Amino acid sequence: MATNLTNTPLLKLRHVQQIYASGSKRFTAVQDVNLTIFEGEFVALLGPSGCGKSTLLRIITGLQKPSEGNVLYRDQPLHGVNPHATIVFQTFALFPWLTVFENVDLALKARNIPAEVRTPRAIDLIDRVGLDGFETAYPRELSGGMRQKVGFARAMAVEPELLCLDEPFSALDVLSAESLRGELMELWTSGSIPTKAILMVSHNIEEAVFMADRIVVMDKEPGRIIAEVKVELPHPRQRKSDEFQKVVDEVYGMLAGQTESEAVELGSAPGEQGHTRALPQIAISDLAGLLEYLAELPTDRQDIYRLPEELNVDPNHIFSLTEAAEILGFAYVEKGDIILTSLGETFAEASIQARKEIFATRIRRLPLFRWLTTLLSHSENRALDWDVIQTALELEFPKEEAEKQLDTLINWGRYAELLSYNDDRELVYLETPVSQSTPS
Amino acid sequence: MGLLQNTLPPRERLERSFTWGDAIVILFLAALVYGGARLAFNAPAVIEGPQISLEPSTLPWYTLLSVGRMLAAYLLSLVFTLIYGRMAAYNRRAESILMPLLDVLQSVPILSFLPVVLLGLSAILPQRTAAELASIVLIFTSQAWNMTFGWYQSLATLPKELREASAIFRLNTWLRFKRLELPFGMIGLIWNSIMSWAGGWFFLMAAEIFTVGSKDFRLPGLGAYLHEAANQSDFRSIAYGLTALVLTIVALDQFVWRPLLAWADRFKVEMVESGEPPTSWFYDLIHTSRLFLWVNSIFGNLTERFDRWMIRRAPMKADWEDGASNLDWRLVAFYGLIGIFILYGGYRAAEMLVAVPASQWGQIGVGVLATFLRVSVSLVIALLWTIPVGVAIGTNRRVAAVLQPIVQVTAAVPATAVFPIILLFFINMAGGLDIAAIFLMLMGTQWYLLFNVIAGASAIPQDLKYTSALLGLSRWERWRTLILPALFPYIITGSITASGGAWNASIVAEYVHFGGRTLFAAGIGSLISQATASGDYPLLLASTLSMILAVVLVNRLFWRRLYKTAEEKYRME
Repeated sequence: MATNLTNTPLLKLRHVQQIYASGSKRFTAVQDVNLTIFEGEFVALLGPSGCGKSTLLRIITGLQKPSEGNVLYRDQPLHGVNPHATIVFQTFALFPWLTVFENVDLALKARNIPAEVRTPRAIDLIDRVGLDGFETAYPRELSGGMRQKVGFARAMAVEPELLCLDEPFSALDVLSAESLRGELMELWTSGSIPTKAILMVSHNIEEAVFMADRIVVMDKEPGRIIAEVKVELPHPRQRKSDEFQKVVDEVYGMLAGQTESEAVELGSAPGEQGHTRALPQIAISDLAGLLEYLAELPTDRQDIYRLPEELNVDPNHIFSLTEAAEILGFAYVEKGDIILTSLGETFAEASIQARKEIFATRIRRLPLFRWLTTLLSHSENRALDWDVIQTALELEFPKEEAEKQLDTLINWGRYAELLSYNDDRELVYLETPVSQSTPS
Repeated sequence: MGLLQNTLPPRERLERSFTWGDAIVILFLAALVYGGARLAFNAPAVIEGPQISLEPSTLPWYTLLSVGRMLAAYLLSLVFTLIYGRMAAYNRRAESILMPLLDVLQSVPILSFLPVVLLGLSAILPQRTAAELASIVLIFTSQAWNMTFGWYQSLATLPKELREASAIFRLNTWLRFKRLELPFGMIGLIWNSIMSWAGGWFFLMAAEIFTVGSKDFRLPGLGAYLHEAANQSDFRSIAYGLTALVLTIVALDQFVWRPLLAWADRFKVEMVESGEPPTSWFYDLIHTSRLFLWVNSIFGNLTERFDRWMIRRAPMKADWEDGASNLDWRLVAFYGLIGIFILYGGYRAAEMLVAVPASQWGQIGVGVLATFLRVSVSLVIALLWTIPVGVAIGTNRRVAAVLQPIVQVTAAVPATAVFPIILLFFINMAGGLDIAAIFLMLMGTQWYLLFNVIAGASAIPQDLKYTSALLGLSRWERWRTLILPALFPYIITGSITASGGAWNASIVAEYVHFGGRTLFAAGIGSLISQATASGDYPLLLASTLSMILAVVLVNRLFWRRLYKTAEEKYRME
């Protein structure tokens, strides 16, 4: 809220890094983050999945210790879970065996507040979030929106100075999410809660622009802050207004990035100099669907931020699909728009077999894929164990990521009829080219 | 069908085949046997047990004593479970020792430890106390492991968001236990307790009468009563005893376990209403009664005070653990002592083993093989009848309605209780004990298989059944392509538990005192019992360790692999 914004810093992150070691290799989940949150401020952390924003939230609340750097709360370094912060969780994190009242009451009880004080306060908060009459209901009897209201009541019951929201609306249906956002903004802007600052993790750009005073934009590989955007529109904000759309466009442009030169887009092969580009985890049928949709538009282009709504898919998924289309040369991104290339158009209109052929020629250009086929062609029987390949990939990626990457490689390779995989023997092998195969 | 499905034993954990942890654990057990045997040399030479009366009027009292023993052992198991599971789940260093230890302990032939425990205790305690304690320890060892595994698993699978919420809302250890860990693990804990009681009855029957050479340990109780009745071929008393046993088991089921299960339904984690919650008439009756509400309100007040006292006394430790851990010298000393005990005991045990003559080693080898054959035969017989019957119950409601109650009562009777009676029939046949031994193994273990097959059969998706009907598959084709693959994981899970139980039963089954005679068949269980009876401790140690090794190896090299295949290939989830 611009009106009660002060210059008193509440929380400071100084050179915070989170590094995971796997064998001899180290992976940076969060790289050199410096961030200050002031009293009276509503900050949104925005970024694609895997950019470390949830990790950052856990570091800020003290649930997780950063590998390097420190967290200062009111200029005091944090040594553990921050007693002045609470979290509203994406998946609610309610205790399913406790009633609405007991869930809120437990948070107060844990702070050793006597029952005479606790009970009226819990009831008052349940009242304030509009769950009057549901005190004795169990979470499973409530809708998603109502469960999250319990989550808010519980978080606010302990009167935190710093209220952290971990994608609190993303598991709700559109209507519940919208009404809950409005109610939270009302509580916050009217100053009727003692909360000093709100930090929200989100991947929904409109939501962030609608609520936050400042948007911190993060990117992945490695997770880091790439930009900050101040939103100086007065509350309540009008989504349809031009000013609002301008900010949304600006942030979308930052997140979607620009298509770079091919060398940068493709990255290098594992073991070579330079950065190995991780392949996005997408289903090829979804990619084809996106390309078909774009091909049907008169201009072959669309605002990326309108895609989630138009296609009714999660924005994260749109970013992954866009990334895949870019890598494969089916589309490119410019000023927040995705534009179909002529190759992409051909793909969209091709038959099933022709699509496979186009796809095959494209993935042969990917350094990661070339690396795998070279590896296989030099092996006995042109085949390798899954584990062997995964171990090799673990030189570039963390363990879990390596597994996902190999999964994607095999999926794409199978679609293109370049690779085969035998699940029983966990063996990956090169498909024999048609010219060499003997007719059966 | 709800109840039967839930009687499944907890899933085995997957692990690498043989680790250093296992080696340490086996060394530890050897040291333990040695220590017990050392003590046993000092036991009184002759011990006379009390007279067991066959008067029906003594039965209520005997039943009460037996249930009391079970209860004591169960409480011990519960405390052990809560502490051990917690240590293993929250401390990585402890986990690397505790979990392999538990895994081997599961395959240990419990009965072979009884003489060592019994004689060791009788050397330092009055005879009656020693016998009571030994029986409780024995029952404990049959109850604790699966409960501990279940508890550890539920702690290890606590949902991340609930763990984080507990930390953010500053629940201290007590509140976290009461509001998070216990509710989350409750249903598993109750089911495991039910299984533990069933297993406990099996061993109670064996633990109430025990003879080591001229030392006769006996405890007044249901097991001793049945044993004595069979010994005197008194069929009327056998009938009385069995009736008392079945009534006790049914009463426990109706008045304890079912109400508990109905009550625990609230701890289901799923956020949707469950289709068929467990019901109990007794629970419905009491939980709405005025007395219950009154007790509840008093307890509410007390727990509030207790909770706040705990919160004040032990507030949450919210600080990050230091990366450079400063080693606690007490812990180091503790591990050091255990290490010394293991090394010294292991060394002395090795000395004992060296003293075992080659001829006895030969006997042991033959014995392991013979018992292995018996276990295999009993498993094959069990598979042959449980698969068709289980599929019939699992896929046909009408068959289930008739057979299910019969199966449940029959399965509840511990095999050891009826074993003397079975012996009466087989004893005069050629190879009678061989048949009887296989029979006992079968009775103790077939139920695990049956319950698993039923669960597997009722989990076959309806659409696959329709598809195979639509494709016009013949009966044999349907079994080959649908039913058997779908049952495979369940059969493997059941077989692992069943074969473990069968090995254990061999100790009771292959060597019996009966009607003043001593009978034995060749086998490792028989060797263990003979060594016990004659006080030949080197032989006891050698045969016990051989059996442990055999069971662990069969599990790791055979069952684990099958289990892995089953999990990866045939699991329908």
